[in-house]
Amino acid sequence: MSAATLVEQLKRGLDAPICLTWELTYACNLQCVHCLSSSGRRDPAELSTAEAKQVLDELRDLQVFYINIGGGEPMVRRDFFEIVEYAIGNGIGVKFSTNGTYIDAANARRLAAMDYLDIQISLDGIDAATNDAVRGAGSYAAARRAMDHLAAADFGPFKISVVVTRHNVDQLDQFKELADSYGAQLRITRLRPSGRGADTWHQLHPTNAQQRQIYEWLLAKGDTVLTGDSFFHLNALGEPLPGLNMCGAGRVVCLIDPVGDVYACPFVIHDEFKAGSVRDVGGFAHVWKHSDLFIELRQPQSAGACASCGSYDACQGGCMAAKFFTGLPLDGPDPECVNGHADTALGSVRVDLTPRPSLDHSRPSRTLSLAKH
Amino acid sequence: MSLLDTPLELDPQVALRPEPFGALAYHYGTRRLVFMKHTDVVEVARQLDRHPSLSATLQACGIAEARWPSFAKAFASLNESEIVRERRDVG
Repeated sequence: MSAATLVEQLKRGLDAPICLTWELTYACNLQCVHCLSSSGRRDPAELSTAEAKQVLDELRDLQVFYINIGGGEPMVRRDFFEIVEYAIGNGIGVKFSTNGTYIDAANARRLAAMDYLDIQISLDGIDAATNDAVRGAGSYAAARRAMDHLAAADFGPFKISVVVTRHNVDQLDQFKELADSYGAQLRITRLRPSGRGADTWHQLHPTNAQQRQIYEWLLAKGDTVLTGDSFFHLNALGEPLPGLNMCGAGRVVCLIDPVGDVYACPFVIHDEFKAGSVRDVGGFAHVWKHSDLFIELRQPQSAGACASCGSYDACQGGCMAAKFFTGLPLDGPDPECVNGHADTALGSVRVDLTPRPSLDHSRPSRTLSLAKH
Repeated sequence: MSLLDTPLELDPQVALRPEPFGALAYHYGTRRLVFMKHTDVVEVARQLDRHPSLSATLQACGIAEARWPSFAKAFASLNESEIVRERRDVG
């Protein structure tokens, strides 16, 4: 079977997700300006420990090999270790994303003692000035402290996860050096206009020239840098980047949010992309296999306005979430289309009609501000 | 010795999940996910440890000899990604 046929198969969906993200809580000690889930305050309806374990039982039965745990800040949950240990004990590997605040020396040793556990520490700038402008005061120091604790505890190769913005794109080599210095792995992902990112994307997303810079950097680095396949819209620039060139939403990917709602992917927390809830009769498996939304996403998708573009096979029209939250039609070009095909449409989008994220757990006091660069 | 004559087994850290195209193989140690893109390959992989060699397994699974070279190639790649490994218990 060729790679192209495999992608066709994957687009029709799998019996269970390959890549499932589970946000354990909306609570977070930080208030990053691009937070995908608009996190800050805990939601009173978040899944209990017992409900979380039930979900894990289901995932075990579906043979979901590993899950990506996020938030909010997942380590804020008092049952964080209990949930992670229960997952691993049931043969479900865990990779969790954290800002690092709660990884002190003792927690680092506890984490290092666990098998099948990956840690991803978020860092969006190679220095405090660049990072803290996006992630908040003190967040750079907290992340570096966590990395030092993990290194001291001999955790092994943790991951450093960078959201690429127009302010850190010139720092990619330095991020790689930092990762290498810890024996860590670098992961870079695409900025999405989701959550609070809907308000900051226009200021933060890489320019068109920077898109090419990212593409060429990734091509040169090959598979030594992880991307979660998030840059496939750049494939229109030439030879494809490593990874599956497709949008996995509802096909091989989905999100469970802290209250148990199931969305097509981590970047579309909006009613339009909500497939159901793990609290529904039949649980997660029923949502995954039978929800109308997921069944629809597994049908052949129309190239729409991109049909006449020679690059469509390469870029697949880009990211559904990026289009949705910038007010663009889903069957048209990505807002960061490298051929510039979205520029006119973006210019004429009525901001007051652009979809807003359905949920907002931001703390009310915070006013978003970006440092000038 | 060619891979066809080698006793093989699934790596004990590997789990297989059946899928319409074949199976997903996940290695808990390397955390690598491998697509096994043919149901016959999956079936052979599951039977490896019951037979003295890859070719004996192919025979037992009723795989026509003309297809053996392509299976040898597929299993060489699975061996490389540590999904299967050489079995040590056979003298």
